[in-house]
Amino acid sequence: MREITYAEAVREAMSEEMRRDETVFFMGEDIGVYNGAFGVSKGMIQEFGEERVRETPISETGFMGAGVGAAMMGMRPIVELMFSDFMAVCYDQIINEAAKQRFMLGGAVKVPMVIRTASGGGTGAAAQHSQSLEQMYCHVPGLKVVIPSTPYDAKGLLKSAIRDDNCVIFLEQKLLYRTKGMVPDEDYTIPLGKADVKREGHDLSIITYGRTVQMSLAVADRLAKEGHEIEVVDIRTLSPLDKNAIIASVKKTGKAVVVHEAVEFGGFGGEIVSTIADSEAFYRLDAPIKRVGALFSPIPFNPILEKMVLPGEERIEKAVRGII
Amino acid sequence: MWEVIKMDHSETVLKARQFMERVMEQMMLVNKFEEQVFALFAQGKVHGTTHLGIGEEATGVGSVFALEEQDYIFATHRGHGQVISKGAPIKNVMAEILAKQAGANHGRGGSMHIADVGVNALCIDGVLGQNCPIACGVGLSFKMKKQDDRIVAVFFGDGSMNQGAVHEAMNLAAVWSLPVLFICVNNTYGMSTPLHKVAADTDLTKRGYPFGIRSVQVDGNDVLSVYQTVREAREYIIKEGKPAFVVENTYRTSGHSKSDANQYRTKEEIAEWKAKSPIVRFRKVMLENGFTEAEADAIDERTTKAIEEAAAYAESCPEAAATPEQIEAEAYA
Repeated sequence: MREITYAEAVREAMSEEMRRDETVFFMGEDIGVYNGAFGVSKGMIQEFGEERVRETPISETGFMGAGVGAAMMGMRPIVELMFSDFMAVCYDQIINEAAKQRFMLGGAVKVPMVIRTASGGGTGAAAQHSQSLEQMYCHVPGLKVVIPSTPYDAKGLLKSAIRDDNCVIFLEQKLLYRTKGMVPDEDYTIPLGKADVKREGHDLSIITYGRTVQMSLAVADRLAKEGHEIEVVDIRTLSPLDKNAIIASVKKTGKAVVVHEAVEFGGFGGEIVSTIADSEAFYRLDAPIKRVGALFSPIPFNPILEKMVLPGEERIEKAVRGII
Repeated sequence: MWEVIKMDHSETVLKARQFMERVMEQMMLVNKFEEQVFALFAQGKVHGTTHLGIGEEATGVGSVFALEEQDYIFATHRGHGQVISKGAPIKNVMAEILAKQAGANHGRGGSMHIADVGVNALCIDGVLGQNCPIACGVGLSFKMKKQDDRIVAVFFGDGSMNQGAVHEAMNLAAVWSLPVLFICVNNTYGMSTPLHKVAADTDLTKRGYPFGIRSVQVDGNDVLSVYQTVREAREYIIKEGKPAFVVENTYRTSGHSKSDANQYRTKEEIAEWKAKSPIVRFRKVMLENGFTEAEADAIDERTTKAIEEAAAYAESCPEAAATPEQIEAEAYA
């Protein structure tokens, strides 16, 4: 074990898989000598060359489609989309092509492709470079959606995503790139579709994913000093969703707060709430289920306003205190 | 596959008698296939919609015959003829249109998504022009795997020519030197819209120029010219390792889809194009090159029979089926 950053974990996962399997290749904008907009791919073009670390024109539809085609032919492309907001530019290739080829062809092809993209706010990048759009992909059968919250999870989940025979949307929150964590030296994977209880407790469950996992853990630590034992469930994979883990946690605690950075209204939290309400955990509930997400607003540029729109520890703590 | 025919040399054409017969047979199969689908539609046996390419037979047949077995194609939403010319069994394609389990896509795709990976015919795309970037990915895979004996041909229409995806794909194919053949089947109307209303310059070959792509156009109702042009384009792609672009100018005499009331064109215009349809024209070429009327009629009869058999087979097949659990799992490998 050694401590590395989230960005390094992502890079290690890609590089190790590219060394292991020659069908894996990487493409995207400025991923070569520039190292990608967030420095994730540092050193990769030097190791793997321009053929397998393939820099693209600014043509998101073009190169996303090229990923779909290459994947159908047995390659395993990792396609980097510089900002997750740009998915709107190539929505067709993801929603109508990558997700549907296998189904429409009656099972005759596979699309083993990973779309890696930087998501989320907190960087002062304003409304078109800060969104959390994961729920839009969860609604589409044929895709898998992953959002890791730690370097350990990022590496293990990305390796599984690369080895998966389906199109996996892999969202990396920008503010997590420089966070550090312990990661094993040896090869390991984390299965997709498995939640992880990041902190055990019996008084209340916070169900969350991504960057708000760290915030929720901080809140749980604070409340522990007052004698409240909060459980923090990191769902890690949004689709397929580990419903059993959510239900089991809420059955134990009887209280749930659902947290994510994405806009609360219409967000994935609604699906988590439904999962609880539509299960035997409903009968164990001692309080209404609470949700914490971003305000129903585009992300503002001004740092004070941005902070106001995005969920933070204060709002999570307030929601928890409201029902505990 | 087939020997290249020199159009200006009647002797060579004569030598290729067997080839001509095969071309005619395939064009008639495609034509009768579409007519049969239309008839089944009229009888209420076709669920959903379908896009027929009657009048465009020379584009699919001439182009696909110029390819090799190892080549891949992406057909258009009007692509029945392109896919069956690549070798997809007509009975499976017909069964797919009738939504049967035995269909090419097991009834999951229908007319708009027919594919047969066994003959390298990948999915027909219902979102126009979006197959072009995917074709670049297929070409990229050939390049990365060093499979330099094959190309991928992607069909799209004059309407799709204005899609950004097509231009992004052309640029990608050019800058990455991919073995992609872009084939624009210009059938005069995008649904109801004539080309001049949506393109200030209707010479579509010019769309290839800025990318440095070798671009040519051909009379898309002359099957041998289509064959020759695509054959040359294929040879260029293999030799140079670069993409190419062919515009095939033709006319769709059938409606856009079942909802088409032909409000945008006159009966006279349709009649005029029917008289110069690829099959009418090629029959004349055959007769001028030693075929008898009886021989030409025999092709007509045997293709009619083949289509009738395919339709009867398709109608006899059971409906596509799955449990709710199975259908939810099918989108995933």
